[in-house]
Amino acid sequence: MKKILEVNDLHVTFSTYGGEIKAVRGVDFELHEGETLAIVGESGCGKSVTANSIMRLIPSPAGKIANGEIIFKGNDLAKESDKNMRKIRGVDISMIFQDPMTALNPTLTIGNQLTEGLRQHKNVSRKKAEQKALEMLDLVGIPNPEERLKQYPHQFSGGMRQRIVIAIALICEPDLLIADEPTTALDVTIQAQILELFETIQEETNVAIILITHDLGVVAKAADRIAVMYAGKIIESGTKYEVFYEPQHPYTQGLLNSIPRLDQKGEKLEPIDGTPPDLFSPPVGCPFTARCPHAMFVCEKVYPLRHEPSETHYADCWLYDERVHTPNLMNKKEETT
Amino acid sequence: MVRYILKRFFMMILTIWIIATLTFVLMNAIPGSPFNEERTSNEAVQENLERHFNLDEPPIVQYFIYLKSIATLDFGPSIKKPNSTVNDLLGRGFPISAELGIIAILVALLSGIVLGVLAALRHNGIIDYLAMTIAVLGISIPNFVLATLLIQQLAVNGGFFPVATWQSPMHMVLPTLALATGPMAIIARLTRSSMLEVLTQDYIKMARAKGLAPYKVVIKHALKNALMPVVTILGTLLAGILTGTFVIEKIFAIPGMGKYFVESINQRDYPVIMGTTVFYSAFLVFALFLVDIAYGLLDPRIKLHKEEGN
Repeated sequence: MKKILEVNDLHVTFSTYGGEIKAVRGVDFELHEGETLAIVGESGCGKSVTANSIMRLIPSPAGKIANGEIIFKGNDLAKESDKNMRKIRGVDISMIFQDPMTALNPTLTIGNQLTEGLRQHKNVSRKKAEQKALEMLDLVGIPNPEERLKQYPHQFSGGMRQRIVIAIALICEPDLLIADEPTTALDVTIQAQILELFETIQEETNVAIILITHDLGVVAKAADRIAVMYAGKIIESGTKYEVFYEPQHPYTQGLLNSIPRLDQKGEKLEPIDGTPPDLFSPPVGCPFTARCPHAMFVCEKVYPLRHEPSETHYADCWLYDERVHTPNLMNKKEETT
Repeated sequence: MVRYILKRFFMMILTIWIIATLTFVLMNAIPGSPFNEERTSNEAVQENLERHFNLDEPPIVQYFIYLKSIATLDFGPSIKKPNSTVNDLLGRGFPISAELGIIAILVALLSGIVLGVLAALRHNGIIDYLAMTIAVLGISIPNFVLATLLIQQLAVNGGFFPVATWQSPMHMVLPTLALATGPMAIIARLTRSSMLEVLTQDYIKMARAKGLAPYKVVIKHALKNALMPVVTILGTLLAGILTGTFVIEKIFAIPGMGKYFVESINQRDYPVIMGTTVFYSAFLVFALFLVDIAYGLLDPRIKLHKEEGN
């Protein structure tokens, strides 16, 4: 499998009146053709910002990529000019948004919104563009595409609209699709349909997908690999099975414990207590220290070294360090304070 | 659609009838008559005159004669200008007023929208502050003050433009500026705020994610949605421009309809009052109707007919 995207040490900051928010603080990951990477984490952990940075769609001038590389097919997107980015957006990298009710322009027909990207980038005739649009609507499973092309977004249901958004994203045959919470605004049956649609599309076009979500159910169904984000960092990453069956980081364990399970009757859900840290002045050590049941003295002082149980799996946590058993240095936090 | 237009047409007739009736009542309530000031005429002459203009009839009969004149669109001769009928006056004045009004509203719309869009795109930048300063000035300075100021500075002192009258394109600049500035300011502010809102919408981000050129994102995706509030107040603005023409025409000595309208009231020239009022109201009601049609064109979610509604 060819590697198409490599993100190295990505830092994104937003300057506000209150100071500088460090939304993404050194994220690394890579993505191969035909692969689905799920980035999970709670609200505000920086997963959407990461996705928007790849598209270079973070609101400027407030937000900026402070450091790092986004290597896409050999080019560093972080340093690309706006003009060149416009040639990449929609053609090589496409994006799907969370709420299909607001992602389509209410005053333009579906046909217009489907074909405009194609006409902008590929310089095709109106007729050919419409032909392609019909194919796309067919691919995403919208009946009567000829008729539908002339209709406006308000004449479609939420699930249908998300299918159209997906069709728009795929019409220029991108190599990378970024789906920012594509199923969050949909009800469960439609969610399943959309996820199945992703699978079909991936089989047919071999597109790589970055799936951003906070829904672990969606991850279990759709992802190949998982990156768990917390406070602007990826704290654990591995294949779907590794992360679900052998979660290493206490945060990942906490996330998995807080999902209701059908096979364990009557047990109470265990929420993770507390809130994520303030990203105006993020902690130097592990950002999860304050909420971690296993927090040690070292955790809040030094960012953990990477623990790698397998080639594809890593977690940033001190618990797996050999020196954890050394007295004094690694005492449980409660005992020392 | 046809049913909607028919319904609206009926409503328009009703509106004009109500305006006409109110005008008639008010007109009769003003003390005095067209012939009061003419001291030279004796009583016999006055009676003859009154009979000629049906002013000796009881008000209710006058009212129906008046309604008939509206229905036939023939308002009869002017009392004060015996050589011309009301229709003549309208025919002479309206094209000039319409010219002034249309130029002013076009200038206001165009410059207002451009100013508003620029301000929104450069939110909190120098252009934004500049545009909004112009807008606040435009809203707060009444058009007659602006008109006199323009005449004094640009015509009398500067000599760039003629002082008054309506002859060449150069003559049109100052009256148009004076008339258009207020509406322009309102349009600019409205466009700015609604643009700012629209620019944060997901579909704008989506349009950018498609890699569209910036001008396409702004004009095709944002502006069309941002113009809805502007269309909404267009009706009110038209009314404002209409009444503005009275004042501006007076200041710049433009021989438009406004002049006849004001004169006729001062002189109790009943047929002219009725003629101009009915004409103005018909014009305004029709303009509002066009505005409603424009909604449907801009936003497909607004349906003008009920059959498809849900």
